[in-house]
Amino acid sequence: MKKYRFLLVVALFILGVSVTSAQALTEINWWHAHGGRLGEKVSAIAGDFNKLQNKYRVVATYKGNYADTMTAGIAAFRSKNPPHILQVFEVGTATMMAAKGAIKPVYEVMGESGLPFDPNAYLPTVTSYYTTPEGKMLSMPFNSSTPILYFNKEAFKKAGLDPNKPPRTWPEVADYARKLVKVGYTGFSTAWISWIHLENFSAWHNVPFGTKANGFGGLDTEFVFNSPLHVKHIQQLADWQKEKIFIYGGRRNLGNAKFSSGEVAMYTESSAGYAGFKKTCKFDFGTSMLPYWPDAPGAPQNTIIGGASLWVMTGHTPDEYRGVATFFTYLSSPAVQADWHQFTGYLPITTDAYYLTKGQGVYEKKPGMETALKQMTLHKPTENSKGLRFGNFVQERSIIYGELEAIFAGKKTAQQGLDAAVKAGNKLLRKFEKANK
Amino acid sequence: MVEHRPWLTFLTHAVLISGMLLLVFPIYVTFVASSHSLDEITSNFSLLPGSHLVENYTRALNVGSKDVGATVGTMMLNSLIMALGITIGKIAISLIAAYAIVYFKFRFRMFFFWMIFITLMLPVEVRILPTYKVAADLNILDSYSGLIFPLIASATATFLFRQFFMTVPDELCEAARIDGSGPIRFFFDILLPMSRTSIAALFVILFIYGWNQYLWPLLITTDESYYTLLIGIKRMLDVGEGQAEWQIIMASTILAMIPPVLVVIFMQKQFVKGMTETEK
Amino acid sequence: MEKRVVFKHKFLPYLLVAPQIAITIVFFIWPASQAVYQSVLQEDPFGLSATFVGLANFVDIFTDEIYLHSIYVTAVFSLSVAVIAMSVSLLLAAMADRVIKGATAYKTLIIWPYAVAPAVAGVLWYFLFNPTVGIIALYMKVLGYEWNHSLNGGQAMSLVVIAAAWREISYNFLFFLAGLQAIPKPFIEAAAIDGASPLKRFWTITFPLLSPTAFFLIVMNIVYAFFDTFGVIHVITDGGPSNATNIMVYKVYHDGFLGLDLGGSAAQSVVLMIIVISLTVIQFRYIERKVNY
Repeated sequence: MKKYRFLLVVALFILGVSVTSAQALTEINWWHAHGGRLGEKVSAIAGDFNKLQNKYRVVATYKGNYADTMTAGIAAFRSKNPPHILQVFEVGTATMMAAKGAIKPVYEVMGESGLPFDPNAYLPTVTSYYTTPEGKMLSMPFNSSTPILYFNKEAFKKAGLDPNKPPRTWPEVADYARKLVKVGYTGFSTAWISWIHLENFSAWHNVPFGTKANGFGGLDTEFVFNSPLHVKHIQQLADWQKEKIFIYGGRRNLGNAKFSSGEVAMYTESSAGYAGFKKTCKFDFGTSMLPYWPDAPGAPQNTIIGGASLWVMTGHTPDEYRGVATFFTYLSSPAVQADWHQFTGYLPITTDAYYLTKGQGVYEKKPGMETALKQMTLHKPTENSKGLRFGNFVQERSIIYGELEAIFAGKKTAQQGLDAAVKAGNKLLRKFEKANK
Repeated sequence: MVEHRPWLTFLTHAVLISGMLLLVFPIYVTFVASSHSLDEITSNFSLLPGSHLVENYTRALNVGSKDVGATVGTMMLNSLIMALGITIGKIAISLIAAYAIVYFKFRFRMFFFWMIFITLMLPVEVRILPTYKVAADLNILDSYSGLIFPLIASATATFLFRQFFMTVPDELCEAARIDGSGPIRFFFDILLPMSRTSIAALFVILFIYGWNQYLWPLLITTDESYYTLLIGIKRMLDVGEGQAEWQIIMASTILAMIPPVLVVIFMQKQFVKGMTETEK
Repeated sequence: MEKRVVFKHKFLPYLLVAPQIAITIVFFIWPASQAVYQSVLQEDPFGLSATFVGLANFVDIFTDEIYLHSIYVTAVFSLSVAVIAMSVSLLLAAMADRVIKGATAYKTLIIWPYAVAPAVAGVLWYFLFNPTVGIIALYMKVLGYEWNHSLNGGQAMSLVVIAAAWREISYNFLFFLAGLQAIPKPFIEAAAIDGASPLKRFWTITFPLLSPTAFFLIVMNIVYAFFDTFGVIHVITDGGPSNATNIMVYKVYHDGFLGLDLGGSAAQSVVLMIIVISLTVIQFRYIERKVNY
């Protein structure tokens, strides 16, 4: 009996120690939207940070897809129990920015912590999306990507095309596609059609997607993506669809299987899809910059990002914010960033991480990874190519999907469809403006 | 039947059999798919069962899909807890509420009755956002209470019991009162045993209702350890990049069908009774 | 109708109704009134500011082409589901009523799809018609018919109608069969002696006697198609393509949870509430009539 009592005391003691040491740590909750392999990587980053220091413990929790995570964060804020860090996708940026009492801007968090913080260390094309016109960083970019062209090298060879000379312009894409169709492929297709063929299309051709510098200049912005150039491009896609050299692959990136199964030979998709294709494609493929219209004066400019950033929520103690700042400093360090970039295919967020990766010779082995970066940094961003900042943009995207589907089904012309999407979108913008006055 | 016409008998069976095949076909294909490997499903799908049955189900139950961080075993348990919680909770609160309304005279009796009645008109879908907010305020998102309580109030069950209690002869209650037993004794000793068949019928209907809930669990569970199986299946379908794991999805789908279907088959009499009585 | 014999107790009855009343207030009455309240507000998702806007949200939705389209889609969808599910099940029930041998086996096999959740029914049919792996889609391609429900609105609508109706056939079957079996046999035998053919007997005698059941089922099927089919839509089409399957319930969810437009979504909830209440009233008036009949 005595022996057991001794064991009991030991057990209690261990328990007591572990409880008190757990209490001494300040917990930082981080809600994110990465499942599967990426989710494991996110947990690993948090775990490494927790091992490195003994003051803070970052708890990373997967909360479903982007929309789910954002809704969960908002609901948690409304029930007064928000996480410290919330990952929000790029189209939710305007909503988060407008929620002044709910978020604590990153520049404030970093400034109050007293930790060294140099906004110039970050890649401007990545951070500009999340920065005020005065250059103050509102949220910490985390996973960013940009659309590029993927092409099946074997298919190119079969069609008598040079696999080292991907098409550079849209007319070239059409020529290539016609040749590919002759040898049994279905020309080309795309993922994320609104993001790639309207949003990035605008930046890449240096034309506005909306007024007021794409919404950066104020809430009274209006959509203008029914310009002649936009209409021309979408109408061309619809005509190509009729000609059967282009195929609409569905919403989001549902069409990815069409490329990886070898059905289509050219495919525009996020640079973050690179790792996935490396795994699923049983053929050799290459990547290149997004095609453009040669007769458009501004093209090619630079593309914009998609992905998500980390927002800091209000309602926590200064010590906890210091923990958040410490974690962000760790997250931005070149080693962590370079590792994340190489593992996932997402863009690095600092220039140091880019040079570190370059120095390691990674881009020579995987040239596809650099395509995205080169394309993002091709020119200094203009008003039209810094990013987008529109309220209710999640809804607007599904309206755009709906109109594009009507166009591709032949129910509307490109002009009619885009006009309708702009009109409905402007109504959403006015609603957002009214709600956030 | 009234007369004998062989061709008609033949036609009757032919129609019934083709109807049955039509109803069973999708489930058969699902079952077959759950016995193939992913390659077999995506490249050359055969309508005969394959050889990966045990492998797929074992993986689904113990490991789960790689896109959802919970095993099908856990998710089935969650579905079961939710279904049983809703069933038992609904039956319990409706039984006593109906008892009060039928066997007692008290102020606001009719007011309470109408208050319960009005819930018939408000399916969870039409008040979804505010209900979500209530659940958030009560801090029951991602919890079994959150999965169960908002779905528990039901006028249909209360009505069924009320109707049944009305048919119970008044003499029984009279006799109980003469014996000197109070309302609680009467309830447990006489009324409850008499309600057995109604309870069984409701049990079947409510179990299926609870097991098949979709929109509500979809909204309030973001922690995978509280996913119900239906939500898990939807998450498996939502793969961002790459290929959906159809063989696991199909095995999970079959597993999601088994409990309610078994209940219907083995409690068919109660099921039919429950259907015809609760809806009318 | 009231009991002659009742108990008298000061607080026990209140105690007994308390749980149900509490849950009703917390999860039904309060949220429903909140929905009504929110429908006249313009609120940001975080709840930081709310402005009273009167009926502006209602004006917005009723001038919104997508919403009007969604009403139309809902009407087409629920009527198609009701018509298909009812005609197939009536045929099956009429046949099942005739058979003597194997009646129970048939019945068992026909009713059990009712136990399958709408969302699961969605998965089953989505798999069959999936353009890349679906077996039916592949056969149709072989026959020269291009199936792509992610682009063709008509095909998408057919698919969700089939998936939703499939499960409802079992439900209707049960009620039709019960209705048929309740018809007094002498009626039909008399007609048979008069020499009326089975088909004629069905239309002149059986069908009119079944009409109360049929009416009840129409209402139930419409309510089902309005609300319970959310899972089918969510799994198969997400309301697309081009809003071809964007039924009203799905839109409430989409605008509220994904679009974070609380006022607009609440206004749509209120419209749905009015529809359910009218359907319930219709159903009750019908039951009243049947009681008198």
